[in-house]
Amino acid sequence: MSTATTLSRTALNETMRKYGGKMVDFHGWEMPIQFAGILKEHEAVRKSAGLFDVSHMGQVFVTGADAFKLLQKINTNDLRKATPGKGVYSHVTNPNAGLVDDVIAFCLAADRYLVIVNATTSTKDYEWFKSQAGKMLVKIENKSDDYSMIAVQGPAVPKMFETFAPEALKLPRFGIVEKDIMGEHCYVSRTGYTGEDGFEVTAPHSIINQLWEHLMELGKPYGIVPCGLGARDTLRLESGYLLYGQDVDDFHTTYETGYGWVVSLDKGDFIGRDILVKQKAEGVKRRLTGLTLTGGVPRSGCKVFMDGKQIGELASATYSPTLKKGIGVGYMVPPDLKPGAAVEVEIHGKLVKAEITRVPFHKGTAFNKNIGA
Amino acid sequence: MPKPEEVKYTKTHEWVHLGAEAAVGISDHAQHEMGDVVFVELPKVGQKLEKEKPCAVVESVKSAFDIYAPVSGEVTAVNEAVTGDPALLNQSPLDKGWLFKIKTSNPAEGETMMDWAAYQEFIKQAAH
Repeated sequence: MSTATTLSRTALNETMRKYGGKMVDFHGWEMPIQFAGILKEHEAVRKSAGLFDVSHMGQVFVTGADAFKLLQKINTNDLRKATPGKGVYSHVTNPNAGLVDDVIAFCLAADRYLVIVNATTSTKDYEWFKSQAGKMLVKIENKSDDYSMIAVQGPAVPKMFETFAPEALKLPRFGIVEKDIMGEHCYVSRTGYTGEDGFEVTAPHSIINQLWEHLMELGKPYGIVPCGLGARDTLRLESGYLLYGQDVDDFHTTYETGYGWVVSLDKGDFIGRDILVKQKAEGVKRRLTGLTLTGGVPRSGCKVFMDGKQIGELASATYSPTLKKGIGVGYMVPPDLKPGAAVEVEIHGKLVKAEITRVPFHKGTAFNKNIGA
Repeated sequence: MPKPEEVKYTKTHEWVHLGAEAAVGISDHAQHEMGDVVFVELPKVGQKLEKEKPCAVVESVKSAFDIYAPVSGEVTAVNEAVTGDPALLNQSPLDKGWLFKIKTSNPAEGETMMDWAAYQEFIKQAAH
């Protein structure tokens, strides 16, 4: 399955190579891990602008009279918050309240939704959606193979979009607008995985390379750079965003991830709700907890100790280019560790001092409350 | 500063500038492959190293890399500058980015290592 010849390629593959992308196997997709270097790319996004090929992400369209009803049933978040032109970040749960996926569900119209799903889970999600629809009046289409996606991220991006997509500037965080670009029907949303303000453009393959070049051109005055998955990972971890398959999976619940705000217990029934009600009442036994190191670079799998006793291991960890320190998150027992509490992380057989840290580690411009206002 | 042609190379991409005191670092090819170096852990002065055993760690944003002693001997000096500014390994792998110096206990060990031309060929082969 994972031999070099069977890797999926995005429609931007050749453009990524042309720009010097160092291509790697990312869960069966050949994607750029970096271009000029992770630190440079990370800094460009934090300070100005960066461009990412995120075409491996999936698009599932849910349409019909019962579209809302289906999405309300399979999501932890309340889809009533997603009025036309808006989206919600949400968790799709199984009956044990474990995560089938974490998604953004956009409401395009009252009976038309676009769900952005993870690359590795798009087929699983599509099958899950279908299995839960039963006799509902709903059409579910996995259009992941028909669309490419570019993320344009950074504080300078709104300025870049002033002439390109002025209607997008009014979008609040998680807002979406349908727009013809280069003669094709596209979706522009104020979303991203970096913690900075910016947009994601979902477009058909036919225009995607031309669109990439156009965005590079628009970003030139701001020093825009192409970015790879390496910077995407450091940016998202600093922002405390989950990586499905690494930080969360079918066996961990939303409350355990610390994303309780994504659960709307009062919206009515949904899959896994009873388990979540119980977890909320009793408290979780483990929780995804952040920590910051004094030296060294932690990695996924490193064990975490407190007073000589192992309390967990790191799910995601890396060097934070913004904080210039090692950071990581992992499921810890007990789940209620206080920020500042002293712990130790085992790196290459040695214990390195660390402290429990509130997540996000860094709040970029995406955390501003007045985006689009 | 030694020229790339003046040092010997290992299959694990260290360079060593042979002499009574052998300076050790990582090759330009290695730093390029690692990407941005953000942390370096060096051996201690006085530490005895054994050829081909791990003795230091270089961490890039992406992952950790063990550094293997190219020759056996005792560490006589370490480059503290790189622990403070790990990017020196990217910017100047053969000069400011040197890692440590060894008083070699068996100078003959150096002879089995690759010269510049052989190392270039080795990189080319490894890429296929």
